[in-house]
Amino acid sequence: MRHLLTPLDLSVEELETLMDNAEKIKADPEKYAHVCDGKIIATLFYEPSTRTRLSFEAAMLRLGGKTMGFATADSSSAAKGESVADTIRIISCFADIAAMRHPKEGSATVAAKHSRIPVINAGDGGHQHPTQTLTDMMTIRALKGHFDGMTIGLCGDLKFGRTVHSLIRALLRYKDVRFILISPDELKLPDYMTDEIKRNGAEYEEITKLEDAMPRLDILYMTRVQRERFFNEEDYVRLKDYYILDMPKMELAKEDMIVLHPLPRVNEIAVEVDEDPRAKYFEQVQYGMYIRMALICMLLDISL
Amino acid sequence: MSGNENREKYKLNVGKIYEGFVIDHIHAGRGMKLYKDLGLEKLDCSVAIITNASSKKMGKKDIIKVECPIDRFDLETIGFMDHTATVDVIKDGEIINKPKLSLPKTVKNIIKCKNPRCITSIEQGLDHIFVLTDPEKEVYRCKYCETKYGEQ
Ligand SMILES: [Zn+2]
Repeated sequence: MRHLLTPLDLSVEELETLMDNAEKIKADPEKYAHVCDGKIIATLFYEPSTRTRLSFEAAMLRLGGKTMGFATADSSSAAKGESVADTIRIISCFADIAAMRHPKEGSATVAAKHSRIPVINAGDGGHQHPTQTLTDMMTIRALKGHFDGMTIGLCGDLKFGRTVHSLIRALLRYKDVRFILISPDELKLPDYMTDEIKRNGAEYEEITKLEDAMPRLDILYMTRVQRERFFNEEDYVRLKDYYILDMPKMELAKEDMIVLHPLPRVNEIAVEVDEDPRAKYFEQVQYGMYIRMALICMLLDISL
Repeated sequence: MSGNENREKYKLNVGKIYEGFVIDHIHAGRGMKLYKDLGLEKLDCSVAIITNASSKKMGKKDIIKVECPIDRFDLETIGFMDHTATVDVIKDGEIINKPKLSLPKTVKNIIKCKNPRCITSIEQGLDHIFVLTDPEKEVYRCKYCETKYGEQ
C-alpha cells in the first residue's frame, strides 16, 4: 500500500505514467466513469480549503466512487481532542482511501503511519501539498509538451511559498530547466533551496523587477503573499501588492508563454489578464481534477 | 619536580572505576547537558562530572565517569551530543572496549521539535524523531515537519 506525502514520493517514471493516465482520462472521461464503483474517498479537512476538497470529491465522483468526510475541524472529533492517529484508524474502517488537510506540519506522515488505507496529503500546514505540485506539472506538460530546457519565472512569496519550493524540486529532476526568481528582498527563496538548485547544476537568477523577466519566460508562475505567514500586519500590507501582473507587462512576454497560479488569487493578477489566451490558471484547476483522478486510481491499484 | 608535574599531581581527579564507562574529551560546557540527556540523574549509581578540565588537545574539556553495569548506556545519545568525545568501557577495572562514536542516523526522544506548527506539538504519544539529513554539516531535521534542529 502506498501513500502520497510529498511530491518526490513519486519517481520521474511514476509521475510521467500518472500524467499519461490523466491525459487518457481527460480525452475520454466516459470510459473511466465507473472504474471506482463501490469505492469511497474520505476527505478529512481539519482546516477549510473548499477548492482542494471539491477537487478530490469531484475526482472520485467522476470515477464512479463516493465521498464522505468533514470540511472543518469543529465538525469533527478533532474538536473533541482526538489524535490524528486515532482518527485515521477509524476512517480506515469506513473508506478505501483518504485525502487529509491539516494545519500542522507532518500530520499526514503521522496519519500514514497508522492507516490501513492509502493517505493523500492534501496540505499539511506550510509543509507539503503534493497534489498542487502534480497539478502544476501536469498543466505545464499538457500545455508546453515537456519540461526540458524551459525557463520558468517564479514570482511573489518565494520564502514561505511551499508550492514554489515543491515545484522547483519536481522540475530539478528534468534537464536544463532555468529558474528566474522574482521577489522582493524580504521574500527571497531560502538558501537551502538555492543550494539545492546549484547542487543539481541548474541555472537560476534572482531579480526584483517582474518586467525584466517577462520577455524571457516560457512559464510565469505567480503566487499570493499570504497574510498568515507574517508576524506583523505592516510587513504584509507593504509586500502584498508588490507584484501585479497586468496587460502592459503581458505585452512584454512571448506569444506562447503561459501564466499559472495555484489560486486563490487576490490582487497579484489583474482581472483584465483573464481574457488573455496565455492566462491558464483556470485551466490549471481542470488539470488538477484529472491528475487527482489518475492518482486515486494509482493508489487504489486500479489499472487504466 | 617541575611546576607542571606538580600541577599534574594535584589535578582534580576521581578514582578509578571497577565497572562502568568514562566519557572523555567532551566539549567544555556540554558535560552537564549530556549527564541529563543520558538520564544519568535518574540512575542509582555514582557519577562524577569534571568540567573545564585542562586538555592538551582541546584547551578545556569535560569528563563524565559513571559506575554502573556496562549494558546500561546509550552510545547514540553520546554520539548525537558530541561525536568527537571518546568512550572507555570498563569492566573488572580494565578498559575492555573503546567504541567509536558517530552521528546516529536518527535520534528518538533526545531532542524535541520546537516548531509550534509541527504535529508533534499537539499529537499525543508521538515520538520526537530527528533524521540526519546532512552528515557533513551535521544537520538533523524533524521527521515530521523537516525543521532543522536548532533553527527555531
Ligand atoms: Zn517538527
